[in-house]
Parts: sequence; structure tokens; C-alpha cells
Amino acid sequence: MASKGLCEEHNVTETEEPYVAPDFEPGASLESMLVTTDSLEELEQEMDSSFDERQMKESTTSTISEIQEEINDTTVPDDSSSDQDNKLIENDEVEELGSQLSETSLTSNEDCNAAATPVGSLTEEEGCQNPDWKERKKHVFILSAAGKPIYSRWYGNEDKLVTIFGVMQALVSVVQTNQDTIRSIHAGNSKFVFLIKGPIILVSVSRTTESVSQLVLQLTYVYNQIVSVLTSSQLNRIYEQRRNYDLRRLLAGAERLIDHLLNFMEKEPAFLLGAVKCLPLTPSVRDSITQTIIQTCGKIKNLVFAILLANNQLITLVRMKKYFIHPVDLHLIFNLVNSSESFKAAESWTPICLPKFDSSGFLHGHVSYLSDDCEACLLLLTVDRDVFFTLSEAKQKIVEKLRHGNCLEAINESVNRAGYTASQVGVPEMRHFLYKCMSTAQFWSPALEPPYHVTEESERLLGLYQALHHRLHAASRPLKLLHQQLDKETLLGWITSGFELYVAFEPLVTKHSATNAVNKLLRWIKKEEDRLFILNAPTF
Amino acid sequence: MRTIEGKIVVLGAQGVGKTSMVLRYIGKMFSHHISPTIGASFFTCKLTVQDTRVKLQVWDTAGQERFRSMAPMYYRNANAALIVFDITQYDTFQAMKDWVKELQRNVLESMVLSVVGNKTDLESQRKVTREEAMQYADSIGGSYFESSALHDEGIEDVFLSTAIGLIRLSQDSLCSSLRIYDSSDPSSPVSNAGVGQLCDGDTSREGQTQYSLQTSSLAHGEVERSPVCC
Repeated sequence: MASKGLCEEHNVTETEEPYVAPDFEPGASLESMLVTTDSLEELEQEMDSSFDERQMKESTTSTISEIQEEINDTTVPDDSSSDQDNKLIENDEVEELGSQLSETSLTSNEDCNAAATPVGSLTEEEGCQNPDWKERKKHVFILSAAGKPIYSRWYGNEDKLVTIFGVMQALVSVVQTNQDTIRSIHAGNSKFVFLIKGPIILVSVSRTTESVSQLVLQLTYVYNQIVSVLTSSQLNRIYEQRRNYDLRRLLAGAERLIDHLLNFMEKEPAFLLGAVKCLPLTPSVRDSITQTIIQTCGKIKNLVFAILLANNQLITLVRMKKYFIHPVDLHLIFNLVNSSESFKAAESWTPICLPKFDSSGFLHGHVSYLSDDCEACLLLLTVDRDVFFTLSEAKQKIVEKLRHGNCLEAINESVNRAGYTASQVGVPEMRHFLYKCMSTAQFWSPALEPPYHVTEESERLLGLYQALHHRLHAASRPLKLLHQQLDKETLLGWITSGFELYVAFEPLVTKHSATNAVNKLLRWIKKEEDRLFILNAPTF
Repeated sequence: MRTIEGKIVVLGAQGVGKTSMVLRYIGKMFSHHISPTIGASFFTCKLTVQDTRVKLQVWDTAGQERFRSMAPMYYRNANAALIVFDITQYDTFQAMKDWVKELQRNVLESMVLSVVGNKTDLESQRKVTREEAMQYADSIGGSYFESSALHDEGIEDVFLSTAIGLIRLSQDSLCSSLRIYDSSDPSSPVSNAGVGQLCDGDTSREGQTQYSLQTSSLAHGEVERSPVCC
């Protein structure tokens, strides 16, 4: 047995890979409804490609207009009048927005003048003397390239932080004058991580153990959340017209989405893994839910995705042929549903931009909970803004059929059951694990049991997984397998072409018994795979 | 029995209490924890005024600036509008006027207009006087109401008077987008519906209320003003 490190020194060893058959990948499937590229890899590519290139890519491929065009090709001439109608309205919108912008520019200038003098002196006093604020482990700031405050976590009024924002903007622009980009600053335990996305700058100031690339990933999510609210085309257009625009006007009411997202990322391993968790259901129940949706919505033109979710877990997803959904987009949908109590009160008709699907435009979403007695939320996403009533009718039918088929009960049962626990696997020394299947971008983890049932401990566990993930994916020296013996637990991380596995064991578990346990675990996942994962990729 | 079916749009600046009003009326509840509406929410409710059944399709819109460009989708073919402001925030009163102007520009058909000053429970912080608001409502040919979604005051009046306004509108037969059902057979609507009124979407969240014109609470002078078209 490897001896425990003396103080914080971890005993890290690379171990021989446990033996599994080369094609043994529990939960694997030849078809996937999710885009399966690894989000960290994608991030690296994005960071390396120049901004212009990305812009080009974005402007030439608009998925939404592609779908609309396709549909226009096949529509009967009757519809042309309504098309024209649409175009007219869109023109109006553009004009309206233009006039709004010119109006706002006046007011925002006034705001700026009024604010400039008194605020500067307040800043340091109020911002830095507040002990709570300084104690926070992670801050996130968003500002425009011109240095205007957009958002700050843990702080109500960004105006009072105007000098801090000024420093951040100065740092970015000083480095930019040398034709370079600032990525991070390291000072003691603190990391200052910068992400520059077109007209806006995102900064994370963190004293956590997260790596720079993980912090960049989080900032990218925050940026995508903003795009999801405004679309990238609107965002860019605004700043092209008014460099000095106060974006908080347009983001009013959406700060809570960013707040929620940041908290969400501190609890949920889904973001780190770039994968989605499914609600465990008997395959026959899941199939019948999926079939009900296909039968009811199959004939509705323009419907791109039907997504049913409960408790941050996916129940089913039906998609238009040819189109896939990216886990990032799905995470943003989970975040939206989670942070919007108002969806529970009534049917909503909500514009949603899915940044990975098409960052330039909105999909229109019919969003509603299945019923008062079932906490599952159904989203029907379309490119057609005039089909609310069609979708509303479809939703009623779906609910009736599901109720008739006892599917609502089955969903409730699965939601209310605490979920599988690690002990059910039958490996007593194993406390918790994350299993991600690469070919489907889905993951599974058991319910958090003692000692991880308290927030502090569960966040510590996620921190350990993050560190392990970072070590395994380190660009300079990627690892396949890692066995870490720490003070409070033993961790094992293992990456193959088919899956990623992160396991937390009791502290004194040897490499040998960990390897045996992992083999047992994989066999258990294989046995349960059709309940834990969605193994097909249904289309309309 | 005659049934008429009308589309109502609820407009106004963010945070004035549009959703709270609708939820108070239709859901008979008030929550301190509702989140801002994203896009718009759809409700239906039915009321009976004397011998006419009125079905209301209520579009509760989001007040945030970024949804402004989507508003036409909701007020297109609307038969009535509730334009809400917060009596403690003068700028929401100004914003309300902008909404009225936008409606007057873009909605050609006659429409029942109601101006609602919400949050009367915060009377001590009032910034918009009843007189000023009433005068404005008069000038645009609308009715003025004050309400408190928190204390459930004045909200029934708003919807009831809107329903009565719709009945009058249907009698004028000037309005082509208002749906009027035949008396005996409600299953085959005599419809001349416009775009966007495809079905009535009977949801589980329906309020159903019986009223008669005589006994209803139309005691306030400002309520009984005939709806004038914009």
C-alpha cells in the first residue's frame, strides 16, 4: 500500500490500466442526439483560431435561416403572404431597435456624466471595506471593451466598482497594444483570468483550486448565457453602433440567469464533463414518452427540438433530422428552466438563442410544465414565431396521452426517489463516481451520500474531481490513468477512448483493490445502461 | 347563450406587477418570488356577464427592454390592452404612454384600452396622482383603474370592465378579429378569426367567474366609461 503523504503532499502514481475488453464502453451508442466534441478541446481550438475567422464562420452559417429556407422551399404558395408579413415586421424591428438605440445613447451619456464624479470616490470605500465581499472565493466581472460595467457577482450596483473595472479594462488594452492577449495573472493563491469575446471582457478572480482552463470554460459559459439572451448578432450590432452602450439596460432581469449559472457550475459536474445526465427510467417508459412526442409533434413543420427534462436531468429529446444539440446549449436550457419560477405559472412563449446551434438568432420556445402534479418541463423549440397555439394544443395532447399511459407517475417516481446510490453497485469502499460516455456525451453519477451530503463537502468533492480532471487532461502531459491517495479519500481517474471515469474511494484503498472495484463498477453500469442513458437518437 | 372570445395583451415597464395582476386574477394567488417573465405567458379565463360568456385569452408580456421588439407579435389582433404602471415609479407612467402610442400607431382595429396604476398598497410612496393618470386615460379614450395585486384590490374590476368593453365592441360589430360563437352550439364557432387566434387552448389554469351587470361592483365612476377605439 502506498503510504499517505506527510502533509498536503499527495501521493500520486500512474498505475497500469485495468484490463477491459477494447470495445467495452457502458452506455455507448452508435447514434447520439448530442454533439460529442469535448468542450475543453473545443475551447482550445477556439482560443487559437483568430477572432476574424470565428466571425466569418458565424456569419456564413445560420442554422435557423437554413431551416427556414428549407421550409420555404417546400411550402405551398399560400404561405407567401404570411412570409411577407414576417419580413415586414422584422424590418420594423430593426428600425425600432435603431431608434431605441439612438434614444438610449443620449440617456446613457447623461448617466455617465452624472455618475462620473461622485462614484469614483465611493468605490474604494464601499467596495473594498465590505468584508463579506472580500472574503468571497470567486468573483466574476463583465465589462464592455470600452470599460463600462455590465455585471459583477456578489455586488448589487456595478457603478460603485467603476475604478476596478477601469483597471481591468486598462490591463486588457495595454496588452492589446502589443498585439497580444492577456489570459491570466497569478498572484499568490489568486488567479485573475481574462476572456475577451468580441465587444465584451469577462474576468474571473478566483482563490479556488480550479485551473485556468476550467475558469475560462466557466467564463465562456457566462458569455454564452449572454448570447442566449441577446444573440451574438444583436450584441455585436449594439457595440458597432454605440461603443459606449450600457448593456445592463438590455440585460435587465437576466442577471439572475448569470447568478444562477455561476452557482450551478459550483455544484454540477455536468459543466466540467461537457455532458448531460439523464433521469433514470425503465426503457419501455422512456420509449413510450418519446413515441408520444413523435406521434403528436411529428407533423408540425418547423419544430426543431422537443426537450423534456426534470430536476436537471434529461427525460427525452426529439430532434429534427440532420440537427443535433450541443451539451452547452442544453446546459443553458437547464439553467433557464431552473432559474425561472414564472414557467410554473403558465405556458410561456419564450425567445431562446442556443449559441452553439445558431448564435445569430432566436428559436421560439413553448415552455410549460407537464401538469401541476408533475415537475417535468417540456420545451418545444421552433423557428416559426406564429405557431404558439399549434404547440399549445400539441402539449395538451402529449400530457393526456402520457397520463393515460401512466408515464407521469413513472417520471414522478424517478424524480422523488433519491436516485441510485454508490452502495447499490456493491463495492463498499467506493463513495462516489462520475462516469461519462464519450460517444453520447451523457454522464451518470450516483446520489451524494455521507460524507458528501453537506454542501461544503460536496463542493470539496467537485473541487477534487476538477483537479483530477485537470491533471488527466493537462495539455503538457495528458494521462490515461491516475491513482491519488489524499487525506480524506483515494481518487482514481481513468480516460479511455470510450469513457472517462472519476471515482472517490475510502482513504486507504490500494491500487489493486481500486482497479478491481472499477471493473465491478463498469460491469454494473453496463447492466444498468439502458435505464441510465438514452441509447438512441430519436427524430421527428 | 352567446360566447365571445377576445385577446387581451398586458403591457408595461418591467417590475410594475403585470404577472402578479394576472396571477392574482386567474390563479387567485400572490407570490413574492415570481421571476421576471421571459417573452410572454399565456393564460385563459372565462367570465359570464349577464347572458354572455366571455372567454379571455390573456397574453402577459415581459417588460424588459430587450423584449420590446417582440411586442407586435402579442398586440397584433388584440381586442383589449391593459397597460400597467407602478404608481410609485413616475418613469413607468411615462413608459406606459409610450406603449399607448405604439398601440395607436400599429393597431388599426378598435380596442378596449385600460390604464392600470398598480401597487396602491404603497400609497405612501405614490409618485403618480390619481388625477393625472385619470386625465391621461381620458385623453386616450381609455378607462383608468387602480389596483393592488398584493392586497387583491381593484383587479376584478379591471378584467370585468374589459369583458364588458369586449361585449360592447362585439355589439358594434366593427371588430372583425373578435370571435363570436353561435348561441346554441358552442362547438361550431362562427368565426372570423384573424391570424394567431387558432384555438382557445383550454388550459388547466382557468378562472371562471359569474357576473351580472346589475350586481357587479361597477360603483366606481371611472369604470363605467364606454370603450372608445384607438
